[in-house]
Amino acid sequence: MKEIFLLKEGEIALKGLNKRNFEEAFIKNLRHRLKPLGKFEYTRAQSTVYVVPEEDVDVDEAFSRCCKVFGAAAVCRAVVCEKSMESIAETAVEYLGDELSCKKTFKVEAKRSDKHFPLKSPEICAELGGILLEKFTNLSVDVKNPEITVTVEIRDTNAYVHAVRVSGAGGIPVGTSGKAMLLLSGGIDSPVAAYMMAKRGICVEAIHFAAPPYTSERARLKVERLCEKLTPYCGDIKFFCVPFTKIQEALRDNCPEELFTIIMRRLMMEIAQRVAAKEDCMALITGESVGQVASQTLGAMVCTDAACRIPVFRPVIGMDKTEIIEISRKIDTFETSIEPYEDCCTVFTPKHPKTRPILEEVVKAQESFDFEPLIAEAVENTELKVIKL
Amino acid sequence: MAVYLDNAATTKPCEAAVEAVINNITLDYGNPSSLHKLGLKAEEVIRESRKAVAAALVCEPDCVYFTSGATESNNTALFGIAANYGKRRKKLVISAVEHSSVAAPAKHLEEMGYEVVRIYPNSSGEISADEFIAAVDENTFMVSCMLVNNETGAIHPVKRIFSAVKRSFPECVTHCDAVQGFMKIPFKAADLCADLITVSGHKIHAVKGAGALFVKKGTRVAPLIYGGGQEKGFRPGTESVPLIAAFGAAVNSMRPGIKTAYSNAEELNGYLRKNLEKLPFVTINSRAENNSPYILNFSAEGVRSETMLHYLESNEIYVSSGSACSKGAKSPVIAAMKLKDSLADSALRASFSRMTTYGDIDMLVKYLQSGYESLAKVKR
Repeated sequence: MKEIFLLKEGEIALKGLNKRNFEEAFIKNLRHRLKPLGKFEYTRAQSTVYVVPEEDVDVDEAFSRCCKVFGAAAVCRAVVCEKSMESIAETAVEYLGDELSCKKTFKVEAKRSDKHFPLKSPEICAELGGILLEKFTNLSVDVKNPEITVTVEIRDTNAYVHAVRVSGAGGIPVGTSGKAMLLLSGGIDSPVAAYMMAKRGICVEAIHFAAPPYTSERARLKVERLCEKLTPYCGDIKFFCVPFTKIQEALRDNCPEELFTIIMRRLMMEIAQRVAAKEDCMALITGESVGQVASQTLGAMVCTDAACRIPVFRPVIGMDKTEIIEISRKIDTFETSIEPYEDCCTVFTPKHPKTRPILEEVVKAQESFDFEPLIAEAVENTELKVIKL
Repeated sequence: MAVYLDNAATTKPCEAAVEAVINNITLDYGNPSSLHKLGLKAEEVIRESRKAVAAALVCEPDCVYFTSGATESNNTALFGIAANYGKRRKKLVISAVEHSSVAAPAKHLEEMGYEVVRIYPNSSGEISADEFIAAVDENTFMVSCMLVNNETGAIHPVKRIFSAVKRSFPECVTHCDAVQGFMKIPFKAADLCADLITVSGHKIHAVKGAGALFVKKGTRVAPLIYGGGQEKGFRPGTESVPLIAAFGAAVNSMRPGIKTAYSNAEELNGYLRKNLEKLPFVTINSRAENNSPYILNFSAEGVRSETMLHYLESNEIYVSSGSACSKGAKSPVIAAMKLKDSLADSALRASFSRMTTYGDIDMLVKYLQSGYESLAKVKR
């Protein structure tokens, strides 16, 4: 039996004249994710993308990859068969037999886009339903609330019998909304933020601040692993690692302790913006959530945002930690995030950070030292690594 | 060249051990259970290693059982004794500073309904023998106390504790985790009054993956796993002959020099202490007496352990952070010593081996000084 995948477009289907662009981006992303697994053929029709494996490939892996590509509302596996009722019935029994024999109620749905097929849709349903009822004595028909729905599709060249459909990743294809730079610390929140923005079609690049010897090689490798975990959703990620030690030491030596974190955040934003500008990223992304820690109070965010010339997106801003954790488990970044290495944010944490910093004070404290040469140096020495799927 | 001062974590395999592994995986690769001569050769390799370890412990070879390492030996000791001796008596007494491979099984036994009494050390890391002995009663099926603490190097009065326990409660099984003492502190199995003794290969220049448990004759230890009856059914599964061969080879090559190495370690330790005392920011946490000369724990107050560790590492000096981690996850050993936070957060451990030199120590002191100057948060 030759299996194919049907990816039902979600929001893309609602697009107007530029729908084509979204569909093309969607297929491009699918191609990129599936390429390592073998050859596939991609066609689209009626808001559905058909992915047909052309040779022997790991179908389960390919399917699970398809489920993680943004743009599909639902993903189905289906089997191709000849356009005759005998063949369709045979295929349904063979393909869905195990499933059908352990369910109580079912219904048949048919879609006939090839109007030359002799039976009309309701007739196909009746015919196939009858055959299945005979074959599986455990089944009875329930059209309102069936345990399993058998879907048959008659198209120009072939007929398809669908298996159970699962939810797709939703969203719109990555790359259709421009690029943004994610500040990635290594905690639980920032990977979730990346996932959420990628879902809205943003191509995510990541920037990480490393402060050896205060932070270890392991901490940086952990962040790279987090990027790897995000690639099934985001595609390849450009990972920038900024040498931050000198700046942190200058901060420690020249600024009041209770403002360490806030000024550090401003400096990070500054560097991130400069790297973002080089990369044509139009916005920054952070994993901040209001009130979670001292640097994430409203007052602190006002102070950090004052250092920003481009929008800062904080997709988890209104979420509780438990909600964020739930997503991080879903996208499988949680276990990596909780590995216990020092990150740049926990070095020199003040004992009593200001939770209500005043912008003028912060700016004044920051201006008391000329960070500019250090910032320029850090940007200059930033290392790039492309994290591939 | 790299300065390796993390020998309590693991040691560099010695030449004899490396050679033994290579010989075994290229020439004598048979399965000791096989009846042909390749199998016999492998069996002989194991027998030789068993003899070597037994000679080091000064016991019969029959009392030595090979395991995958100290964690397995300790787990087997606790669970294996609980299974056979803990049916009626339900109390286990251990020190509060045991390695996690004793502490975690004890905690698990506690969850299974056993009573676990933990004896805490005083602020200098000393375990009181009297307090330990007083905690043991007729309901106690087992006591376990490590010989040398892995973080501070404190030598515990195991012999005093175990002999007193045995005098009053001969039925109570005594277990000693001697990983940091084996081949370092001269001792004999019989002297410790221990029914079970855990030792490990990779702490004495053998290879990771082989350890042993000394079991005094007559002590009934239930196995953790079941299978083909290897190690008299005590530890089934095809023996890791190459690693066991390396264990035996390392023991044989180290054994003649234990006493000389000990006094060398004492001198190195004294030298490091003397030099550290010249650094005003350093506090030595290991005590001066009754401490293994192979381990020195100290704090460079003002620089977090992990930061200093990475600084030293960037200069190819390898030590261990005395306290496990940041974010409040303090090592139970350091916590039990009730050091003030700034000391606990900055604790480091230097541990020596026979390969350590005075030059290594000079490098450590030099870079501690420069590290402190560039990293300390509060400058004095």
